[in-house]
Amino acid sequence: MIHAENLTKYYRDVCAVDQINFDIQKGEIMGLLGPNGAGKSTILRMLTGFLRPTSGTIRVKDYTIDRHSLEIKKLLGYLPESAPLYYDMLVYDYLDYVADIRGFDKGGKFSRICRLVDLCGLTDVMHKSVSEISKGYKQRVGLAHAMMNDPEILILDEPTLGLDPNQIVEIRNIIKQIGKEKTIIFSTHILSEAEATCDRIVIIDRGKIIADSTAEVLRQAASEECLIHVSLQNTDFTSVEKELGSIDGIVSFVPVDEEEGILHVRLTCQSSADLRGDIYRKIKQTDWILLEFHQETKTLENIFRELTKED
Amino acid sequence: MRQVIHIAKKEFRTYFVSPMAYIVISIFLLVTGWFFFLAFFLSNQATLRHLFTLLPLIFSFVVPAITMRLFAEELNVGSYEILLTMPVTFMDVVLGKFLAGAAFVAAMLIPTLAYPITVSFLGPLDWGPVIGGYIGAVLLGAAFSAIGLFASSLTRNQIIAFIVGVAICFSLTLIDWMLFFLPRSILGFVQYLGMNFHFQNISKGIIDSRDILYFLSVSFVSLYGTYLVLQQRS
Repeated sequence: MIHAENLTKYYRDVCAVDQINFDIQKGEIMGLLGPNGAGKSTILRMLTGFLRPTSGTIRVKDYTIDRHSLEIKKLLGYLPESAPLYYDMLVYDYLDYVADIRGFDKGGKFSRICRLVDLCGLTDVMHKSVSEISKGYKQRVGLAHAMMNDPEILILDEPTLGLDPNQIVEIRNIIKQIGKEKTIIFSTHILSEAEATCDRIVIIDRGKIIADSTAEVLRQAASEECLIHVSLQNTDFTSVEKELGSIDGIVSFVPVDEEEGILHVRLTCQSSADLRGDIYRKIKQTDWILLEFHQETKTLENIFRELTKED
Repeated sequence: MRQVIHIAKKEFRTYFVSPMAYIVISIFLLVTGWFFFLAFFLSNQATLRHLFTLLPLIFSFVVPAITMRLFAEELNVGSYEILLTMPVTFMDVVLGKFLAGAAFVAAMLIPTLAYPITVSFLGPLDWGPVIGGYIGAVLLGAAFSAIGLFASSLTRNQIIAFIVGVAICFSLTLIDWMLFFLPRSILGFVQYLGMNFHFQNISKGIIDSRDILYFLSVSFVSLYGTYLVLQQRS
């Protein structure tokens, strides 16, 4: 459906996107993840034709962006970051204007707007000015704007930014609902969000793709290892490392910190074997005081941090 | 073309939603009214000449104030991104906004029709120059709108857009009064570039194709410049 090849964008001398390639299939929900300034918005803006790539090509269906940008724009719906709408228009007037530009006739326009208002829950704000409504509503108006032409491809730039938890869940549900039949690309820097909504996650850092797979695969890779946190008193790091590090299946031992005689250590182990019993038995043989002991499976968050860590 | 109309309609309506339009119109009417009637009663002639003599000067301040928001505001708020990712071309956007600005200037002129009507009650008014003057005013307004639009596309700051717009419009108007500094050899050429020269021709009631062509070409050059600026932005 969408095919990007050697996509590169320079802002003057700064390289924002560096030779990336990707394909997006029809009906996929793709999450574009990355730290701030990684180049997510730039990629989305190039896909919409708002920015011209410095080099490389984008093909949407049979159209290329530099020759058929108008045709591509007709297939797309786009919600820019933080939904910059015309703040001096009424919500209804705004949607009416968008419908006009999208080429609806009088009758079709009204029924389309009604449908979107139902879908995005805008009934209460229809006759308010855009500058008066809350950020969450603005985001929803932006979403209605993006979906006006019932687009085959929906591009959303940080659709849940600045929303409260309830609104986030609502927007996510809307995305999931539409995503059943549409191709959706959205960017976020919230991992749980990508995990909850996307079929496929692409992680970007400093303009390059550093991971590209389904949430499932990433999660599996993440959950191969788990972390055990132990807090101990009446001992020191060397003896703890000697005792606990020697247990079979422990991959690494990290002394985290020490305060007022309490040691915090982190052990990494394969999640296939449950080592908690072994660790407990080891500690029981000594005169250490065990203050805290818990295990967590590695999450996408850990993976994300490892991949995008500053060198 | 349909997109041009939609954009123009939206921009035109937006003018009347904000107080900006009413403030600009009031100031315009106040200033033109004051200068017109002051000279009118002094000269004691049934003519609108005094209005049209000053119009280019007044317009070179008022029109950039009208057009300054057209692009600068969108660039500042970010709605420019929304606009350009809808199925419109740069040309649609430029023409739509230009038409809205020019239409607003024309709408601003409507209340001034009260002057010729008043004057026609007071004495025998020659309608030829009045009609010529209004045609000229609309053309002048369109040319200034195009220049203002160009200034607005350069920056996201409305005040800078206004100042740049005024600077260009004012210089083009002022050329006509600065001619005595110039050597005779280039006089004709420089005079031809001035707004006031062409406007005063039309407002005498002489509708010459050269003057019309001048206003149209100033509009065209400015609009094309705006188009290039927009293209450069992406």
